[in-house]
Amino acid sequence: MNLIHQLTTKPWEASAELPLQVKHSTQQNKRIALKVFLGVVTVLFMLLIVAYAGRMAYEDWRPAPQIRLLWANTLVLLLGSLGLELAQYAVRRGKQKLLYQSLIAAGLCTLLFLIGQSQAWRELGSLVYFQVTNPAIAFFYMITGLHAVHLIGGLVVWSQILIRLWRGFELEKVRHSVELCTLYWHFLLLVWLVLFGLLFTGNNLDELMIICGIKGRT
Amino acid sequence: MQHMTHDESAEVGPLEVAEMELYHPKTFLGKYIWSQDAKVIAIQYAITAISIGLVALVLSWMMRLQLAFPNSFSFIDPSNYLQAVTMHGMIMVVYLLTALFLGGFGNYLIPLMVGARDMVFPYLNMLSFWIYLFAVILLVVSFFVPGGPTGSGWTLYPPQAILPGTPGATWGIILMLVSLICFIIGFTMGGLNYVVTILQARTRGMTLMRMPLTIWGIFVATILALLAFPALFVSAVMMLFDLLLGTSFFMPALVSMGKQASYTGGSPLLFQHLFWFFGHPEVYIVALPAFGIVSDLLSVHARKNIFGYRMMVWAIVAIGILSFFVWAHHMYVSGMNPYFGFFFATTTLIIAIPTALKVYNWVLTLWQGSIHLTVPMLFAIGFIFAFLHGGLTGLFLGNVSVSVPLSDTMFVVAHFHMVMAVAPVMVVLGAIYHWYPKITGRMMHEGMGKIHFWTTFLGTYAIYLPMHYLGFLGVPRRYFSVAGTNFIPASAHGLNIGITLAALLVGAFQLLFLYNLFWSYFKGKPSGPNPWNATTLEWQTSETPPIHGNFGAELPKVYRWAYDFSVPGVVADFIPQNMAPQDVQRG
Repeated sequence: MNLIHQLTTKPWEASAELPLQVKHSTQQNKRIALKVFLGVVTVLFMLLIVAYAGRMAYEDWRPAPQIRLLWANTLVLLLGSLGLELAQYAVRRGKQKLLYQSLIAAGLCTLLFLIGQSQAWRELGSLVYFQVTNPAIAFFYMITGLHAVHLIGGLVVWSQILIRLWRGFELEKVRHSVELCTLYWHFLLLVWLVLFGLLFTGNNLDELMIICGIKGRT
Repeated sequence: MQHMTHDESAEVGPLEVAEMELYHPKTFLGKYIWSQDAKVIAIQYAITAISIGLVALVLSWMMRLQLAFPNSFSFIDPSNYLQAVTMHGMIMVVYLLTALFLGGFGNYLIPLMVGARDMVFPYLNMLSFWIYLFAVILLVVSFFVPGGPTGSGWTLYPPQAILPGTPGATWGIILMLVSLICFIIGFTMGGLNYVVTILQARTRGMTLMRMPLTIWGIFVATILALLAFPALFVSAVMMLFDLLLGTSFFMPALVSMGKQASYTGGSPLLFQHLFWFFGHPEVYIVALPAFGIVSDLLSVHARKNIFGYRMMVWAIVAIGILSFFVWAHHMYVSGMNPYFGFFFATTTLIIAIPTALKVYNWVLTLWQGSIHLTVPMLFAIGFIFAFLHGGLTGLFLGNVSVSVPLSDTMFVVAHFHMVMAVAPVMVVLGAIYHWYPKITGRMMHEGMGKIHFWTTFLGTYAIYLPMHYLGFLGVPRRYFSVAGTNFIPASAHGLNIGITLAALLVGAFQLLFLYNLFWSYFKGKPSGPNPWNATTLEWQTSETPPIHGNFGAELPKVYRWAYDFSVPGVVADFIPQNMAPQDVQRG
């Protein structure tokens, strides 16, 4: 029964047969919970982007210097996401060795990304342009920091999967966790690409606002 | 770790609901302290929320004493007056009402009303409560740190919130912001649980449109909260950065205490946008569960089906969506573009349509009903009065041209207390009287309940009705003292004394309610499983109070909606949701 039909039934009519029901399993619950959570995270980052755009509209806006290292970091995060995609493939096909390898590779790539991000932080901090009161710079630290916190949360779950594998759990028992992790990583990659593309590589957000007519060309 | 053999969703047939595994505590601690049972967590939430709410009540007394008898009390000075204003507002809105409606009633009622054994993630649920408790403790700690709690107003507007001169600008504001961040993290855990439980764990036959309106209200409010709290989260984080790291998100270049501060060019207006993007949905996070619960109370105690069930559901959803497009009506005098004001006034007034529909439907539910003036019913009717009243003054304040001269006056205080304090609290109290028999197995004392209702209802009117007139006179809100102000006549002062006396009395009569809660727990009349002859599933449990797992060996099956009262041709005046058509006695 589709949603529209469900919402337009006449509830006051009792029925002898039992309509529905929701297929209820722990795994599906977790997947839905994760999706709702990703919705919450989307709102969080959207608000940050809107706040960034709002601040950009002021005359005294000074763009932050661009850090080249971020390109490398992006590539590494992309590899991490691919690694998990591979892990998902492996766990679905029951390939234990490949699962191990790809999981560990994905985790290492993510760790590398985090190290790279902290390196970018240090690099920005050592520049002459660095000024803590420059909102562009403060936004950079805060947004990348929040993104990193979400990745660290993901790594906690990732390490739990590894521990379970080491303890000799069957593949079937970690399958669902791997799938959820993959979804989460892809999502955070997407968030990063949007953040990176809009905010940290030149004036793209500015251009976007001009194209959308929110801002006049100066 | 449990051995999972077959958890494939595909193996669960279309007409089956998988039994969930319950956590079985062995010790007292596991059962009542570190409990994973939603019902125990609900009580924990409720007790914490009401306790901190009582603190906020006492703070309101402090304010009222100062306003009525200026400078007569040595324990009130301008600083702690502002601190009382701030903490009263923040506690009541976030730590009492949000936590009580969603954490308290949500946890207790969702699994029972949708026919589930528990929330789908019991462990997360437990964690949610303990993080909430931690947030409350941080808030309480802020009363005892040097400088005391923040006194920046519950809206925490920068730059003043973090500048010297504002009370609690060092420790107080830090604790406030960290406490809010914790609250939001804890709430998100709980919120995910409520949403997934309602979507996934409904029992057989419980379609979305057979859910009681209480569940609809809590469901939509939870979604609103999940989407709105990130805005508060972001603004709290950014303000913490401004305060601790010296960034300039919200802080403009300014001279503070005669010295040029190191901030440059931040935007205080940005904070206001973020804050109210959270702040306005917050009103409905509190109101929607109240709407839902009151619908059920009216229907049960008037022995009549709710008028326009589908319209009620759609109105809840519509109000929820619209509430995200009205935030800047809190900012008419902030200097934003006037065209924004036009847009936000329009959206604000549009919300009146679904809201008015709901009020009409409540009244039409009462019309020709068999109205039983029980205590929950009295509170439900009291709610309609208070909400209608607050809603109508909302129309005043929604219009820019009327709102601007009334900004920051007592009229605003009167408006939002009517609509957001008195109205939801009426529902909270009615709901406690209504569900207390299920929670404890005993009825609350009716005589005490009726005294409690009339004093609260008439008393709150005695507080807030005159306050509207003070607002028209131009008496400002938040001021410690208005002495020496020419335009405020002496009669306003008399009114202030009257308001304060009423406030003290209303507060004192809440003690009678607390006494009733304790007294009835031990001495109340045994209630039996279904004292109100209600139809919803929580009243059909095999044990009262319901045991861990809620229902007996088998989950109930739902054959009808929650509002089969006084069905023509049926012997009993109500048909429980889980009664099969062939079992209904017709005469």
